[in-house]
Amino acid sequence: MTLMAHKADFKARGRYLLRDVSIAVEPGEVLAILGPNGAGKSTLLKVLAGELSPSGGKVFQNGRALSSISALELAQERAVMPQAASMTFPFTVFDVVALGRAPYRKVSTRQFDQKQVRRAIELADITHLADRAYPALSGGEKQRVHLARALVQLWGMTDTSQRSAASNGDDEQPSVVRFLLLDEPTAGLDVSHQHAVLALARQEAKERGVGVLMILHDFNQVLTYADRVAILSSGEVVEQGSVSDVMTPDLLSSVFKSPIRAIKDPAGGIVLVSQSA
Amino acid sequence: MIAVKQRVATLQIQLPVNRSALFLVLLMIGLCAATVMSLGMGGMEISVGDVFVHLAHRIGITEVGIDAFDARILDSLRLPRILRAIIIGAGLGLAGAVMQSLFRNPIADPGIIGVSASAAFGAVSMIVAGHLILGSYYAAIGPYGVPIAAFGGAVLATVVISILSRQDGRTDAAIMLLIGVAINAIAFAGVGVFTYMADDAQLRSLTFWQMGALSGNGPTDMPALIVMALGIAYLIRLGTPLNLFLLGEAEARHLGVEVEHLKRRATVITALVVGAAVAVSGIIGFVGLVAPHLVRLATGPDNRYVLPASAMGGAIILTAADAVARIIVLPAELPIGLVTGIVGGPFFLGLLIVEKKRRRL
Repeated sequence: MTLMAHKADFKARGRYLLRDVSIAVEPGEVLAILGPNGAGKSTLLKVLAGELSPSGGKVFQNGRALSSISALELAQERAVMPQAASMTFPFTVFDVVALGRAPYRKVSTRQFDQKQVRRAIELADITHLADRAYPALSGGEKQRVHLARALVQLWGMTDTSQRSAASNGDDEQPSVVRFLLLDEPTAGLDVSHQHAVLALARQEAKERGVGVLMILHDFNQVLTYADRVAILSSGEVVEQGSVSDVMTPDLLSSVFKSPIRAIKDPAGGIVLVSQSA
Repeated sequence: MIAVKQRVATLQIQLPVNRSALFLVLLMIGLCAATVMSLGMGGMEISVGDVFVHLAHRIGITEVGIDAFDARILDSLRLPRILRAIIIGAGLGLAGAVMQSLFRNPIADPGIIGVSASAAFGAVSMIVAGHLILGSYYAAIGPYGVPIAAFGGAVLATVVISILSRQDGRTDAAIMLLIGVAINAIAFAGVGVFTYMADDAQLRSLTFWQMGALSGNGPTDMPALIVMALGIAYLIRLGTPLNLFLLGEAEARHLGVEVEHLKRRATVITALVVGAAVAVSGIIGFVGLVAPHLVRLATGPDNRYVLPASAMGGAIILTAADAVARIIVLPAELPIGLVTGIVGGPFFLGLLIVEKKRRRL
């Protein structure tokens, strides 16, 4: 029960954007993707989301080949938070978030949808914006709207308000593992909202067994919020493994071609800093 | 106290939905009213009361009908004509709304991006040069050649526009409009060439295609009207997928829409509806632009309401415009394309000015 790319290649105009990438997102874990600009991170996310089909290799979701799953079924198993989504028509924030319920329109009720939407809006801290027109929001506010939209899609028909009951009794194993893919979820957000978004993603992984994959740029956010990390460079996976194994100053310095040092944090743990010599 | 607050909250959330649904009902009533009024108007004035009595008689509610002469005017002239106006208006209004969502651009309209003009080009080329193009098959295809050619022109234009305006998987709105302008120019140049080649009898029917008319071509219109009705029935249910489409193609796919499938289907069926509309009535501009924009003022951008409301709004607009066209220059009638153009052109300008102001803010 994973979302997995197996020896995936992606070629565009004769150039490999991804080469021989094997990666797996396990249920309940947060996998961070790290790498320089143009390393193929977004391409990998698009391949895993089924948006691009790999030119070589295969992608599997919960044991089935991605290409054999219908768009609707896919949408019920994984949600994507894009880097930037445009919308020129003046939908309200509430309505944009409610679009995330579309995959469930045949099985859900309006009351339940609205309950989920209101809860996601609260979690994404956009309650005060709910009635505003989406196109008038700032970049960071729009990001949070899309996070809320991804959340209501991810929750599906699970009643999120009964979380405490679900986490107490572990006999209630979810029948299907869901995945959440986030493309630079912190871009354009202020510091407190960056942490709020990452904490929300982590909470989804820990409390509901969601497999989370996120593209990040900040080393310390990787240290704090990810379980495992894969480092991509020129379309290939340079290294992947647990955060403590991979996030070493030597490896990062060579991949990012910039000196990176680890400093002991007086509050505990280490902090990775980048400093030009 | 808390219970009351919750009640108020649920009411507030349900209110916009109810308002939009209410608006649909209002439009329906408006359409009925426009139909009845339009039935009474024309060279032969028939009172609204008589129209009601006649309709009731036809349905079988009352025994007594009205004056036989009036009844024949209603049955054989006005009723078919108004039915054409309703179907064509609904088709054009809906096609405009669907195109605006497909291209993610509020300015898209079958007339502006050249689809209508290409359909007219197809029709005109068939009228003037049909016997040359088709040779001996011309007689076999007969009166259906023109609607088929109109449809072909509409599909060709739509396909060209959607292929050329795509760049790296996105439809660039500005490029799309420019391509539309180019296609419009090409199509009108083609129409001009054929107009130059045409003889007197052909010229008369060409004028009809260029200015639009609801007088119809008798029973040969039937297939086109049925095609439009089926197309409308399909397009009107695309509300939710088209809402997702407004987020972007990738996002729509993430949310479970088979994007390529939807795009191909919706594009072809929209072209089919527009082509069929042009085949029946010639070019009637601006309904596809004006109807969705007017209804959005009441329903907001949610396509689940915009699509049916645009269809009904388009039907009302065209029925009303037709009534105006019939009475304004009695005993003659004005081509309906002129009426919609005279009203729609300034509306389009106003729309651009509002858009300009909004962007400056």
